[in-house]
Amino acid sequence: MGKIKLLQGNEACAEGALYAGCTFFAGYPITPSTEVAEYLARRLPLIRGVFLQMEDEIAAMAAVIGGSLAGQKALTATSGPGFSLKQENIGFAALTEIPCVIVNVMRGGPSTGVPTGPGQSDIMQCRWGTHGDHPSICLTPAYVQEIFSETVRAFNLSEKYRTPVIIAFDEIVGHMRERIEIPDKGVLPIVNRQKPDCPPKEYLPYDDKAGDVPPMANFFEGYRYHVTGLNHGPDGFPVNASPRIHTDELRLMRKVEANRKEIIRFEEYQTGDADVVVFAYGVSGRSGKTAVKMARAEGIKAGLFRPLTIWPFPEEEVSAIASRVKAIVVPELSLGQIIFEVDRCAKGRTRVEGIYRVDGDPITPAQILEKIKEVR
Amino acid sequence: MAFDYDRYIRGGKLPHIWCPGCTYGIVFKSLLRAVEALKIPKDDIAMVSGIGCASRLPGYVDFNTLHTTHGRALPFATGLKMARPDKHVMVVSGDGDATAIGGNHFIHACRRNIDITVLVFNNFIYGMTGGQYSPTTPSGHIATTMPYGNIDPSFNIPELAKGAGATWVGRGTAYHAAALDKLIIGAIEHKGLSVLEIINACPTTHGRRNKFRTPTDMLLWMKDTALPLSAFEKLPPEKTAGKFPTGVLFKKDAPEYCETYYGMVERVRKPAEGRA
Repeated sequence: MGKIKLLQGNEACAEGALYAGCTFFAGYPITPSTEVAEYLARRLPLIRGVFLQMEDEIAAMAAVIGGSLAGQKALTATSGPGFSLKQENIGFAALTEIPCVIVNVMRGGPSTGVPTGPGQSDIMQCRWGTHGDHPSICLTPAYVQEIFSETVRAFNLSEKYRTPVIIAFDEIVGHMRERIEIPDKGVLPIVNRQKPDCPPKEYLPYDDKAGDVPPMANFFEGYRYHVTGLNHGPDGFPVNASPRIHTDELRLMRKVEANRKEIIRFEEYQTGDADVVVFAYGVSGRSGKTAVKMARAEGIKAGLFRPLTIWPFPEEEVSAIASRVKAIVVPELSLGQIIFEVDRCAKGRTRVEGIYRVDGDPITPAQILEKIKEVR
Repeated sequence: MAFDYDRYIRGGKLPHIWCPGCTYGIVFKSLLRAVEALKIPKDDIAMVSGIGCASRLPGYVDFNTLHTTHGRALPFATGLKMARPDKHVMVVSGDGDATAIGGNHFIHACRRNIDITVLVFNNFIYGMTGGQYSPTTPSGHIATTMPYGNIDPSFNIPELAKGAGATWVGRGTAYHAAALDKLIIGAIEHKGLSVLEIINACPTTHGRRNKFRTPTDMLLWMKDTALPLSAFEKLPPEKTAGKFPTGVLFKKDAPEYCETYYGMVERVRKPAEGRA
């Protein structure tokens, strides 16, 4: 039996990081994510971990990558504008294949927007925020317990695939307090990066011969090698020649694409016989579930598909739903972003209807129920 | 016996990218001699850089090397150093990388006094992108983005570092290579944030547009304008115009950041003893 606690989503995120073995945090104060930093500022020194409040968001992301390269599991947390500032270095981590976890507690935008209200309008930035082609894993928990477990999973995926992993939830779930159980050590699996077992002289940090995820040596452990944000060869040194750049970029993408089955997680609720399915994540997924229950109580065949992994997008699952329902309803706290992905997978086989809201309040179950009735 | 540079240079990675006449090669060799003099094991050194001509240096040396994003070498280095405070972390940066795009990181690293050695290769120009003015381009000089002469006031890098809290500040030049070895040794040996500005020359994108007919002219300019601090201080102000002091310009003792942080860690882990 684990420990029962009453925690905020942001605090549960910090607890999940500690459970996963995180010993390094660097951040910068920003609403509504600051509690992640505050919690870890208290806890990390107690386990000889590193807590750094850096001079800005960019520096925090850089320090996290440095900490990870020196062998620690590293986390940063931010929101809206800070997430924008981190993007260049997130791309650096993707190309150099240095594991790290980035929490984005989403608020309204653009610019300062609504710092104290929820938003879901960074969801495309989670996928495409940094420049260039790059793999992307983004998890979208909706409950405090789920923030804990998905944070653990984020570290595991990051270590396993040597890639930055983003956890995106909204201000409401971040600040909501719920009862959670922190499992005993050993209950949830913990993944650590695979280290090389060859002699240092033979080590090729970006060699794909043994698979798409090459073993990673930490700095100062005898494997002296070069890490660069330039496209590089198997030995890590810059290459600007065909076809290496193209094939290596494909390998980066394949790390995620070929492992969709393992990475993609979702909740399906009453979708089996549904005429209308609500596709929603985060706080909108919570409202969606209530709306489905209300609809069922009135005899309406409604269901919910709630992705816990938004990137890579659950294409097959959404496509299968689109082939059998009359309509998919997509509530989101933006003026329409993730609906384009749903629409792309539906391929015109079903009606796809959005419910949008950006005034700092959540979409209510009643709003969703009304839309379900309209489209069924 | 001749110095064996090959012991430190990665096999097959030369020639370097620097132009003929560039002085970075001189500094590169000085740096290797300094590391050799200190007998630091190669496994225990991380060399971190940002973007620019100087930032390509780590690729050639057989240490743990990290070539990062523009201006951000110091926060990456801070992450490495905090995770492994027992290791040597060095940053190689340029005038634009350290004091323009990375200016915020520069002053805050100085303020923390974290034990990192920062070598700023000041060539007074953005060389890699073809000669745009930087925060250290002299007044009136021609740059591709100051075609009518530079109107921007310039930074004095050692004064900036000192003002921000660096506890070891020095300046050397590529011309005075033997003296540079000693300065780099001093910078590495210092416990705390050390900043060494190294005056360099970019004949390709700076010199030839600014009346330096040859790379040699630029080295001779260093010879004529650099004065050891002791000599510089003896001159009346009217005679220091156009000259700059070299050597260890400032040094003080202050708590080092990693030591302070891990000291706090030990204190909070034993609250009862901490209160005693």
